[in-house]
Formats: sequence, structure tokens, C-alpha cells
Amino acid sequence: MYLHQVPTNFFDIFPDDVSLLMVLIDTNPFFWNSINTSLSFSKFISNVLAFLNSILLLNQLNQVVVIATGYNSCDYIFDSSALQNHNQKGESLLQKLEEFVDKDESLCRDDSVDGPGFSLLSGSLSMALCYIQKVFRSGPLHPRPRILCLHGSPDGPGQYVAIMNAIFSAQRSMVPIDSCIIGAQHSAFLQQASYITSGIYLKPQLLDGLFQYLTTVFATDLHSRSFLQLPKPVGVDFRAACFCHKNTIDMGYICSVCLSIFCKHHKKCSTCGSVFGQAQTQDSSTPDRKRKTSVDN
Amino acid sequence: MLRKETNGEERRLNRDEEDEEEEENDRGHDAWERTYADERSWEALQEDESGLLRPIDNKTLYHAQYRRRLRTATAARIQKGLIRYLYIVIDLSRAATETDYKPNRMVVVARQVEAFIREFFDQNPLSQIGLLTLKDGVAHCLTELGGSPESHIKALMGKLVCSGDASLQNGLDLVHSLLNQIPSYGHREVLMLYSALSTCDPGDIMETIQKCKSSKIRCSVIGLSAELYICKYLCLETGGSYSVSLDEPHLKELVLEHAPPPPAIAEFAISNLIKMGFPQRAAEGVISICSCHKEAKVGGGYTCPRCKARVCELPTECCICGLTLVSSPHLARSYHHLFPITPFDDVAVSSDPHKVPKNCFGCQQSLLAPGKRLLFLLYVIMIRDE
Repeated sequence: MYLHQVPTNFFDIFPDDVSLLMVLIDTNPFFWNSINTSLSFSKFISNVLAFLNSILLLNQLNQVVVIATGYNSCDYIFDSSALQNHNQKGESLLQKLEEFVDKDESLCRDDSVDGPGFSLLSGSLSMALCYIQKVFRSGPLHPRPRILCLHGSPDGPGQYVAIMNAIFSAQRSMVPIDSCIIGAQHSAFLQQASYITSGIYLKPQLLDGLFQYLTTVFATDLHSRSFLQLPKPVGVDFRAACFCHKNTIDMGYICSVCLSIFCKHHKKCSTCGSVFGQAQTQDSSTPDRKRKTSVDN
Repeated sequence: MLRKETNGEERRLNRDEEDEEEEENDRGHDAWERTYADERSWEALQEDESGLLRPIDNKTLYHAQYRRRLRTATAARIQKGLIRYLYIVIDLSRAATETDYKPNRMVVVARQVEAFIREFFDQNPLSQIGLLTLKDGVAHCLTELGGSPESHIKALMGKLVCSGDASLQNGLDLVHSLLNQIPSYGHREVLMLYSALSTCDPGDIMETIQKCKSSKIRCSVIGLSAELYICKYLCLETGGSYSVSLDEPHLKELVLEHAPPPPAIAEFAISNLIKMGFPQRAAEGVISICSCHKEAKVGGGYTCPRCKARVCELPTECCICGLTLVSSPHLARSYHHLFPITPFDDVAVSSDPHKVPKNCFGCQQSLLAPGKRLLFLLYVIMIRDE
């Protein structure tokens, strides 16, 4: 191992090595029961529990918070700084996880953004960021927070805007989002999340050794990461998908009003209804169309 | 030690440097001095349970939050100008050497403009900024229109000298000629940070204002000294906003209000399809010659999809073929202007302890703490889970 210079300067601001780790666990039963997993849920949880214990052993002041990402809801499963968890840490986590999975299944959401095959990553990212904001406001001495997503479900396209908003707010608060993909295919959302927030993205090749991947790559605190050779981002796909066919394109046309992406030249934007090449008129035939203010306002 | 009474107001505190300054301006108390002499601002502070300072009066905080909520609620369905070409005009006349902002107005303005530039590119990644200065009755171009914040900030942090008069008309003329060259789908804007109390113009400024109005340039002014009729007229005619700052925090607030995209003015926006490229990021070990620095670089970088030239950062225009290169996160940054989140509801504190949950849904903060804290934390409860 040789010194690996990280070009960002936020590592120099807080040289402390105490960390607050927010772990987002994917509990979507559609994913865990599908053929896309080579790991059973119970083996996965035992790997994660051992990893959480090793995080808490690394430093006495480390904190771990676990949030479960269901397909109807998300909830807090475990908080190591909560006062009632001094003994029986593992048992309370497993018990809360069981309660959560039962509750998640009983919630039948017909108005969910994507459908049952996708888990609510945007929800759990938002909750993790809320908790981190609370920690930031608790005073000047606080551990350095980071988020670790253990995700396997496919990317839900309806959550794109919400996930990008979460990523940008994590970037502003300088919270890295690490991702460990436990499913079969790569997740473009999490690749972008880790790239934009300077986190680590990893898709382990052998999931049986998940604990080893977690401890070697994701266990180090943020200050020590500058001394380690960690997996670099390979081929982050920043290409956009066109709104008309959902194909990934590398050259396209953008509507200057609503920034919708099209692969071919159109006369009219399908999202905002603007006619290209002429100034807008004042009539609004559909109630959905965005209004413009006039000069006299 | 000298003591002075002014019009029967309270006695000044016995400080030597204040006495010297007082001799210069016989207005008596300056606004910033009044907070020490009259208002005793230190008594307004209080410690909360964790030992952090908290002001007793939270009304201003809530009022600011309330105003922000109103603004987002009313602006939700109004079209915004997302691709902006903004010129910032900084007044470097004699009036900018005034010391009512510490150390002087020019330094404070430069500081606020630097923060504004970073915030602006964060919220409007597809837009461009240029800097102009007004000095000795003439307008100079400090930096050209560009999409990278570093070049503008470097020019700002360089040596800036103040002298002479400010000329509003020359500034507007220069901006008008520079903004004529931009494409028709862009929104043309000017933000003037005006410290002077007069303008020294070579011709008829009303003609210039009409010219700017017909070129669809939206001019906004932030005054640092007092309200001027000509600035007010300019902003009214062109559809911009005019505000005068009271002190440095207020100036910061006013300047940053211009960072989010303003409402689009009817008849100004010619919607167009802009051809853009989405380059892929090169793998880490690839060696290629970078077209912006003209030297060989290892790894990183992006490849233009049309001419395959390598560029270092996005968003940018390819030097070889002129294609605008962006990445999808840059477009996604503007989506929160297009699809703003629904504002939170203010929930009144209920006297029934069973109705209020024990912990906040979002951050698990305990809600049983008494007093004003509960009201603030209840904001977080109403996260719509959609």
C-alpha cells in the first residue's frame, strides 16, 4: 500500500477519526426472494451484525444507526447512542427488524411511486440526512457522519428526482454516500451518489465473503481514508435517458424551458408544452401548464 | 474621558475611539453603535439545555421561515428562467471606500459576490456569469461570460482600486452590448451592487433604460447607501427587483436571494431546443491530451461525443466543436426549481400529550422537551412520505 492522495480538501477540516455510520439495509422481500440473490437474508444480517460490532469496537465514541429500507416504508431499526441499548444490542436490532418487516408488508400503498418491486431508497436517504442534520445542530463536537447503503433492488425511475435531491444535499453537507451492491446488477443511482459525494461504490464479486468486503473497504473512518488505496470509481455513466424512448443517449436536445431531454428534434416539448422557436403566448389550455408572470406584476 | 449628550438621548459609553469617530459624524449614534449603547444586545441571549446560546426572541427566525415558505408556495407553478446569463456590476467609485461596512464597502461587496458566485453555480449549473466594474465614470469588463466559478473568483480576489464616480448609463450600455451576443433562449440579467448616491452619465439615461427594456434585459439593483429614484425606475421598467441593504448580514441575504432562478417574464423567453452532449467519464488509467490545457493528462476527464476531444471538467463548451457538454446531475440540480417540494405545515403545539409522538419521524429527536423547541421540531414531523 502506498499513499493515495485524495484531491478533496474536506478531509483536512476535521482530522478526528470518530465516525457516525448510517447503514441503510434493503429489506425488500421481492428482491430477497428473487433469483438475483446469491446470499440468504439471514446470512446477510449475520454479516452485517458482525460488521456493526466491529465498527463499534474500532473506537469507543463511534456511533451506528441502522435504517431499514422497505418497499412501502422506511424506519429506524437501531441507534447505538440511544440510552436503552446498553445491553442486548443485537437482540433489539433483530426484534425491531422483524416488527418493521411485518409492518411494511401490512402497509398496502397503492399510490407508491414505483411499484412493489422497488425499495424506497429516497425515503431512507432522506431520513438518514435528517438524523445527520440533527447531529450537526447538536453542537461543535460531533462525530463525522457518513452513509452506507446496502442495496440490491433495482433502481426505481420514479424516485430519480428525490434521490438526486438527497445526493445534492449530502454533497453540500459533505456527507459521503458509500454503496455496497448486494444484488446482481449495478445501480446507476448509487454510482452517481458515490461519485458526486466522494464516497465508495463497490459491487462484491463473492457475496459469501460480504463481511470481509465490508470491513476492508467500508469500515475506515473518513480521516484515515486518505491513507488507503480504496476502490476507485470505474466508468460512472453520466449519460442521460431521453424522455421519449427512455434510451440512454450521449447527444441530445434540451428544452430550454423545462430541461427535458429529447433524442430527436421536436416541434413541441411534451413536458411543458412550449412551442420551440417562437415566443410564448398567454393562453393556457391545460391546467397543468406552468404560467409565466407578466412584466406589469 | 469625554462624555457627550445628543438631544437628550442616553449617554455614550466612555470609549476613546468612539469619541473620535463621533467627531467626524455629528449624527450621533450610528446604527451599529446603537446596538451596544441603547439596545444592550447581550441581554437578549440565553443558554438552552445543552449550553448553546439561543436568543430569547425567536420571532424574527420564525418570520423569516414563514416568508421563505410563502415564497416557495407562490412560486411553485411559475415558470423560471433556468438558463441565465448574468452580469454582476460592481460599483468601485469613491463611495465604495466608505467604512460603514467593515472594513469598507468594496471588500464586503467582493466577499458577498464570491459567496454568491459559488451559490449561483450550485443552483444554476447551465448558466454563465460575467463581472463588470464602474470606476472613474467608465465601465470596465473584469471577466468575460463564463461557466466556471474559479476564474471569476480569482479576478475578484485580485487588487481592486476604488476611485472616481459611478456611471449607471455606461454600465448599462456595456452590458447591453455584451448581452446582445448570447443565444435567444438564454435569460439576460444584470445585478448591480450600487454604493454611490449619484450617477455621472454622458447622455440620456432614460434612452438607455428603454434600450435595455426592449432587449429584454432584467436589471436588479442592490443599493448599499440609500434608495435612488433612477435605480427604482430602472428596476421597475425592466422587471427586476430593487432593494437597499441595512448591514452586512442583510446584504448577504439580499444578494443570495438572486441565486435561485427568477420568474420568467412573459414574451421574453423564446423556448428552443439546445443541442447538448453527455460525455462519458474516461477510465482512470487512460492517457490523452486535454484540449483545455493543451497538455497530456492521465485518467479522469470527459470525452466529447461529437469530436472525441478530452475536456477536464463539466459543464463546459467543447473547444474543438463548440458542443455544450453537461452531465445528467447538472440537469438534475435544476429539477428542484421545476418540482419544488411542498411546503411543510406549521403544527400548533397540542396540549394533549398522547397526540404528539414521542420522537420525530425523520431524525428521532425526542419531542418531549418543553418550550419553544417543540414547535420548531414539529416542522420535521410533517414530512410527506411520498
